[in-house]
Amino acid sequence: MVETVVVAKVTVDVQAVKMDADTSEPILKGVPLKVSDFDKNAMEEALRTKAKLGGKVRVVTAGPPEARDKLRELIAMGAEEAYLVTDARFSELDYAAVGKLLAAAIRKLGKIDLVLAGEASIDQYSGQMGPRLAGALGVPSVSYVRKLTPDKEGLVAEREMGDLVEEYRLPYPALVTLTKEINEPRLPNMMQIIGASKKPITEWRADTLGVAPAELEPAVRLAGLRGIVMKRRNVLFADEPPEAARKLVEALRGEGVLGGGQK
Amino acid sequence: MTVLVFSEQVPTGNELLAKAREMAPVLGGQVIALAYPGSPGPEGFYKRGADRVIVPESPHLAGDVPLAENYSAILHQLCEEHKPSVVLVGSTRWGKEVAARLAGLLGCGCALDCTSVSLDAGKTLTVERLVLGGNAMSSEQMAKLPAVLTVPAKVIPCLPEAASPGGQVERKSFELAPPRAASLKVTPREVSGVKLDTAQVVVSMGRGVKAKEDIRIISELARALNGELGCTRPIAADLKWLPKEHWVGLSGTKVKPRVYVAVGISGQIQHIAGMRDSALIVAINKDKDAPIFKAADFGIIGDLYKVVPEIMNQLKTCK
Ligand SMILES: Cc1cc2nc3c(=O)[nH]c(=O)nc-3n(C[C@H](O)[C@H](O)[C@H](O)COP(=O)(O)OP(=O)(O)OC[C@H]3O[C@@H](n4cnc5c(N)ncnc54)[C@H](O)[C@@H]3O)c2cc1C
Ligand SMILES: Nc1ncnc2c1ncn2[C@@H]1O[C@H](COP(=O)(O)O)[C@@H](O)[C@H]1O
Repeated sequence: MVETVVVAKVTVDVQAVKMDADTSEPILKGVPLKVSDFDKNAMEEALRTKAKLGGKVRVVTAGPPEARDKLRELIAMGAEEAYLVTDARFSELDYAAVGKLLAAAIRKLGKIDLVLAGEASIDQYSGQMGPRLAGALGVPSVSYVRKLTPDKEGLVAEREMGDLVEEYRLPYPALVTLTKEINEPRLPNMMQIIGASKKPITEWRADTLGVAPAELEPAVRLAGLRGIVMKRRNVLFADEPPEAARKLVEALRGEGVLGGGQK
Repeated sequence: MTVLVFSEQVPTGNELLAKAREMAPVLGGQVIALAYPGSPGPEGFYKRGADRVIVPESPHLAGDVPLAENYSAILHQLCEEHKPSVVLVGSTRWGKEVAARLAGLLGCGCALDCTSVSLDAGKTLTVERLVLGGNAMSSEQMAKLPAVLTVPAKVIPCLPEAASPGGQVERKSFELAPPRAASLKVTPREVSGVKLDTAQVVVSMGRGVKAKEDIRIISELARALNGELGCTRPIAADLKWLPKEHWVGLSGTKVKPRVYVAVGISGQIQHIAGMRDSALIVAINKDKDAPIFKAADFGIIGDLYKVVPEIMNQLKTCK
C-alpha cells in the first residue's frame, strides 16, 4: 500500500490571457481557470501507483474558493479524497505562505508515502513548489522525473539533466515532480464526471491547519505585471503557393537575409 | 549583510558574483562564494568579486551525482552561520531544485529564473520574471529577507578579472545527514549537435508536419537557408521525432536568429516566448487565424506541403 497525495494547482488558463490595448497589462479578470497541465500527469501517475500497489490517492489544492470546481476534474480522474486549502486573501499569498499551508495540509493527512507534483505550473513556470515542500517536510525528492517505478519500500526515478540520464532510488516518504513526457493523463468518462460532482471536497483554512496569520505574511510581493506586446509587420501572402512563395522570397531578399553562408 | 553565491557552473558563478559585489556595499556585508567541489579553479572566484570562497567537504559528497538534498543542506548551514540577506544561485534545472529546497528549509521568499535583480539604496530588493506562460513580465518585491533567487546564465555581465590574487580557498567540512536518495545509474544521453541559441537562421516545424519522414522537407529548407532545424514541444516531447536540442520555447531553447521560419506551428504563447526576440519572423500555416501570424513579419497562408517546395524552387532559380 502506497499512500499518495498529489499537490495540484488551479491557475488561470494562460492561453486565454489577453492584453489591455491601452495599458498593455494582461487582463486576468474573467480568464477561465484550469488545472495546471502537468498536475494531471501527476494524478495519472498516482492512479497507476495505486493500481500497482494499492493505497489511497488524495489531492490537495491551495487556491481561491473558485478553484473548487476545477478540483472535480481530478476527482473524476480517480482521486478518492480532495482537499481545498483556501484563504480569503489567497491572491496575496506567495510561495512561502502557500508552501506552509500545503506542508501543514500534507502533515494533517497522516501517513503519506509519496507526494507527487508537476514539474512546473503553467502560470508561474517556476518548479519551485515541489522542492520547497520537500525541504519544508524534510523528505528526499527528485525533480523533472520522466519515468517512475514505485514499489512497496520506495521508488526508482529517472530524469534527464543536460546530457545525462540519471536514475535514483528513494525510500518513502518522498516527493517527486513529474514532466509531461511521463504519461498521457486519462480522460474521465461521463459517469465519472457526474460521480465527481457529488463527491465532497474538504475545505481547510489556515486556522484549521494551525498556521498562524503572521506566518502567511508574504515574503514576496507582486509589484507589477507588464504584458509583453508583439509588434511585427504582419505582411501576409494568401496567393496560390507558387505566387506566395515568389513574394516571400522576394521580401526576404529585400531584407538582405538570403545572403547565404551567414551561419 | 552577507550575500551568498552558488552555482555548479563556474561562468554563471562569476556572473552572480558581479551582482553580489554590487549589492554588498548597500547591505553592508561580505560576498561569500560556495564553490561546487567538482568545478575547477575555485580560487578564480576571488578575482571576480568574492571576499571568501568556501569549498565544502563531506564524505557524503562523494559519488558521481550531486544530490540537491546535500547542497541545500550545505547552503542552509551557511545561512545559519552567516545570516545572508540574499542567496544567489545559478538557474540551471539542478540549481533551481537546490534553491527551492533551501527556501523550504528556511521558510523564506524565493524567486526562480529572475531576468533582473536590483537593490535600491533603501535596500528594497526587486526582481523580474517571465510569467503567464510568457505573456507577461512580473516585478516582484522582497518584503522580507533573506531571499533565495536564481538567475540564469548570461543575464548579468561579469566583472573584469581582478589582477590581485585574492585570498586562500577555505575547505570547510560539513556535518551532513546521510542522504536518503541514492544515485543508481548515470548514462550519457545521445545529444544532437544542433546549436540553436547561436544560429543565424532557424527553421522550425510543428504538428503541421504530418509524418516523421516529412521532417526532410523542413530540414532541406533549413539547409537551403543555411539554418538549423528547430521544432515545437509536441514534436520533441510527445512524438519524439527530434531530440530535445531542437525544441524551441519557454521550456526549450530560447533563440534569437536573424531569421526565424515557423512551418506548421500554431504559435501558442509558450512557443512564441522562445523565439520572439528573432530579428525577422516568417510563418507558414494553412489556418489564416493561427496566432503565429500575429507574431510574424511575413506569412504565407497555405499548405506547407505545397508552399515549402515552391519556396525551394524560388531559392534555386534565384541563386
Ligand atoms: C508549461 C508549458 C510549457 C510549454 N513549453 C513549450 C515550448 O517550450 N515550446 C513549444 O513549442 N511548446 C510548448 N508548450 C506547448 C504549447 O502550448 C503548444 O501546445 C505547442 O507549441 C503547439 O505545437 P504545434 O504548433 O506544433 O502544434 P499545434 O498547436 O497542433 O499546431 C499545428 C499547426 O499546424 C497547422 N497546420 C496543420 N497542417 C498544416 C499544413 N499542411 N500546412 C501548414 N500548416 C498546417 C495548423 O493550422 C496548426 O496551426 C508548452 C506548454 C505548456 C503548458
Ligand atoms: N497552490 C498550489 N496548490 C497545490 N499545488 C501547487 C500549488 N502551487 C504549485 N503547486 C504544485 O507545484 C508544482 C510546481 O509549481 P510551480 O512551483 O508554481 O512551478 C505544480 O505543478 C503543483 O504540483
